Amino acid sequence: MKKIIALIMTTVMAIGLTACGGGGTAGGGSDASGDVIRIGVFEPSTGDSASGGKKEILGMQYANAETPTVEVGGKTYKVELVMADNGSSADKAPSAASELVGKDVSLVLGSYGSGVSMAGGPKFEEAGLAAIGVTCTNPNVTAGNDYYFRICFLDNFQADVLANFAIDKFSAKKAYCLGENGNEYDQGLCVFFKQVFEAAGGEVITDSFPTNNSDFTSYLNKAKSEGADVIFTPVSIAYAKQIMEQAASLNIGIPFLGSDTLDDNMVLEATKGTNLQLYVSTFYQEGGSETFDKGIKEYINGNSSALAANGGNDTISAVTAMGYDAYYVALEAIKASGTGDKGAIKAAIPSVKWDGVSGSIAFDSIGDAVRDTAYIKTADTASGSWAFEKVQTGSAK
Amino acid sequence: MEYVISVLLSGISVGGQYALIAIGYTLVYGILRLINFAHGDVFMVAGLMGIYFTATMPYSVSIPLVIIITVVLGFVIERAAYKPLRNAPRMSVMISAIGVSYLLQNTATYITGGQPMTYPVIPFLAGTVNVAGTHTKWVVIITPFLVLALVVALNQLINHTKIGMAMRAVSKDFETSRLMGIKINSVISATFIIGSGLAAVGSVLFFTNYPAITPTAGAMPGLKAFVAAVFGGIGSIPGAVIGAFLIGICETIIKGLPSSWDVSVFSDAFTFALLIVILVFKPQGLFGEAATDKV
Amino acid sequence: MKKKEKSFRIFIGISILLLFVILLENLSGFIPGLPQIFQPTSPLFTVLKKAAVYSLVAVSMNLLNGFTGLFSLGQAGFMLLGAYTYAILMVPTQMKEQVYYLFGGCAFDFSLLSACEGIFGTGGFGGAAAMILSCLIALLLAGCVSGFFAYLIGIPVLRLKSDYLAIATLGFAEILRAIFQWQKLGRITNGANMIKGFPTFSSFNITNSSGGTVLRLSTFVPFLISALCILVIMLLINSSYGRAFKAIRDDEVAAEAMGINLFRHKMMSFVISSFFAGIGGGLFAMYVANAQAKAFTSVMTYEILLIVVIGGIGSVSGSVLATFLYVACSEWWLRFLDSELYIGAVKVPLLRNGFRMVVFSVVIMVIVLFFSQGIMGDQELNLGALLKKIRVKKERKE
Repeated sequence: MKKIIALIMTTVMAIGLTACGGGGTAGGGSDASGDVIRIGVFEPSTGDSASGGKKEILGMQYANAETPTVEVGGKTYKVELVMADNGSSADKAPSAASELVGKDVSLVLGSYGSGVSMAGGPKFEEAGLAAIGVTCTNPNVTAGNDYYFRICFLDNFQADVLANFAIDKFSAKKAYCLGENGNEYDQGLCVFFKQVFEAAGGEVITDSFPTNNSDFTSYLNKAKSEGADVIFTPVSIAYAKQIMEQAASLNIGIPFLGSDTLDDNMVLEATKGTNLQLYVSTFYQEGGSETFDKGIKEYINGNSSALAANGGNDTISAVTAMGYDAYYVALEAIKASGTGDKGAIKAAIPSVKWDGVSGSIAFDSIGDAVRDTAYIKTADTASGSWAFEKVQTGSAK
Repeated sequence: MEYVISVLLSGISVGGQYALIAIGYTLVYGILRLINFAHGDVFMVAGLMGIYFTATMPYSVSIPLVIIITVVLGFVIERAAYKPLRNAPRMSVMISAIGVSYLLQNTATYITGGQPMTYPVIPFLAGTVNVAGTHTKWVVIITPFLVLALVVALNQLINHTKIGMAMRAVSKDFETSRLMGIKINSVISATFIIGSGLAAVGSVLFFTNYPAITPTAGAMPGLKAFVAAVFGGIGSIPGAVIGAFLIGICETIIKGLPSSWDVSVFSDAFTFALLIVILVFKPQGLFGEAATDKV
Repeated sequence: MKKKEKSFRIFIGISILLLFVILLENLSGFIPGLPQIFQPTSPLFTVLKKAAVYSLVAVSMNLLNGFTGLFSLGQAGFMLLGAYTYAILMVPTQMKEQVYYLFGGCAFDFSLLSACEGIFGTGGFGGAAAMILSCLIALLLAGCVSGFFAYLIGIPVLRLKSDYLAIATLGFAEILRAIFQWQKLGRITNGANMIKGFPTFSSFNITNSSGGTVLRLSTFVPFLISALCILVIMLLINSSYGRAFKAIRDDEVAAEAMGINLFRHKMMSFVISSFFAGIGGGLFAMYVANAQAKAFTSVMTYEILLIVVIGGIGSVSGSVLATFLYVACSEWWLRFLDSELYIGAVKVPLLRNGFRMVVFSVVIMVIVLFFSQGIMGDQELNLGALLKKIRVKKERKE
């Protein structure tokens, strides 16, 4: 009897939910013919990249609040952001991607994290839907996928920039690279860094830690005892935070280099009041655009959930600026398409040019952004803010 | 030399924190024969509560409060998720434990919004100290002594009090002790209370040392503590503690091996390999009693 | 006679199901203007594909946990082996350089796909034959590799008792993951990077010369392979070996006394289960279009275990049903819980990111605690008997 009840209950639940799910999708379909253009936001809001994903969404939301309409072919459309959480994991990404496809979006922005972008990419390609990567820096995101574009620089460029910076600034001879085992972002950057740094005559020690590791003191002490001049840690935010805290208590005294992920106020907070030296390469430096800075700070402070998503303060992360730019690139593409149809938008993207807050954006033949500079900024440990260090270009190619 | 000392120091502190979790495992397993998968997550929840409470209350109030609420949480989990399944097959109870762990992690993700949270800087514990040329936190020095004190106290409790005697009896023979008039449920609750309390203390030490908490922060320490408990001989408290210290030290030594060998990624894998070797060759662990299989 | 009739019925049932899947998938091609849900890109098909893959893995886990009573938590590890075997074998030779770009190419230069294409040609029917054949061989090899590793792992761990076995297999899965992620093996496993570029489910869609899709088979293929594998598992369960497995589950000592070789049968169940988990891993790689060790964590094993529990430990049809329900709920139907919702001007409380998973885990706890039998208990779905029951009830009422 119990079994029958259970069976009935699940069936009822299933039917009810089908109705919900089906209803939602059907409703979405009918609206599209109205005056709304949907932009899909393919970002993690759970899982280990949630922190970065949320900040990126924040930029898009602010841009959307600033410019909520787009004019296509003489008609004004309302732009709506449709979110799908890809859970920071490659096995949830395909279904999140097809969720967006099913909601009839015109193009997709995202994601923070290259792995999920690569997992979701084929779904967009299949559906003929263009996706603009915001901060996914792995070369394989756009390579082999005609429908994936991106507005950020690539891992090899970033590693190149940082290696050159290490040599220029610290005349470093020996570098210690630390990344998470099995994370393509970390390992990719370490390998590229090593290539450039060793080509310039330096010596590189690479090391990896297992996932969910929390004790970094052994690694840091090792770096110190091996006599490294710089420590390169292209890791995700939670680990970066952990590493900074432990380095501070160990009084490690070696400068840290970080990739764009470390440009996050959680990491910044960990360096406050310590004697750490942290330099990160990033897409945007606060102060790059006065109006954007002012606007987004107002937006963040005026909205409690935005404030929470930004980690409780109004320091602007580069990913937020990138999200903001991505939204405008998307609008440009929609305008250029002339119809708002996804096929036309995809065809229009390669010729889109946009002067964003993070610099001018144009696409090359693979779909990557043409960028030749990165901002280097350093953590001002006394005030707990980022200070601009320099604009660094890569090695001459 | 400095380097060796620093590696050993972090090994001891990691080991001490595993030890406090491992005691919870070993007690529960000794009595219920249940791998309490949720124990590591209880530890994580205690850490999160530490963050939220200290934000509004002074340390003298918030830390005892964290310990009390964690104890209540452990008690409630036992009553709600394990007690109804007392007569069910062992597999169901374990699945229930996995379910609880899933629930705690997802709730933590929901509440924190998936952001890594920062553990507050507790004065004194988080202060740094210089040991033989290596900088470290006070908590690293204190941990082993605190663990030792707690173990001695616990040993007294188990060997010299009525509830301790009941616990020993139940872990020897569940059915018979029930026939002898021991209130099984209160003994089990007591075990969970002790285990969760120690996990809460462990969380204060652990997260002061490694201050970023993510919803999965408890999973790995939890599993390793279980391995430590098996290593030391399940059911034996000194065994669990020694096992935990050994595992902590081995792990940091592996991490500290020269980078050119590139073996530091196997520090977790090593723990599991050790577990399998122990299970196959000496299943009763270092100090456990040989189990007699009753049919 | 009766047995024959029953297997005939199962055969018909599965054929109808498969036909239905093909039809459903191609509906939008025949009838234009259908609602979004029937379009080939709708979440419906993503969910169906994932569920088809997971149902095979869930059934393989059930064979071990439900029918043999061996509590193993190594499923994700065996899927990992399968996924990598499939991926490494199926990346075309000319793609290897790009996929292994960090390591300057792959040490293992052989590609099954390219080899088969060398025999049959790349275009038209030859190309199709090459792909289907190489795909099947690669999946079989994926199963074999994982079965072989299961055999090696089984020698020490199958002597362990229930929960020790669970933790030991969990440990093995973690060790495997660490090894596959090791950068030093990068020339084979691509280290931390994902392997991609191999044929996926979409490669099975039949296209005409201009690239337009004539017949979609991308959902049908996982259904077909899973159904075949599950059928084999069911045949095994209903054979004398299956009865021996159940005897071991119910009482090891009694089973041994009846002359069942405990270790041999346990090993057999473990290897077969891992074999199918390996095939499931290969299918999973096809579903996500990449293979990366990061995905195969213990969380994945727990997920599959919970599916098995929801379906009923010891019921194949229960596992299959539960997989479809679970995947659809977690990846599709409950997604609305994650976004803020306004009814009129009132904001519905609690709804925000992550709430879906909280609700979901509460539902799971309720099932585990109050419906510990799951959907099907240890019974199999029997439509004939169900109809009969309903008929009897109706008659009684009348």
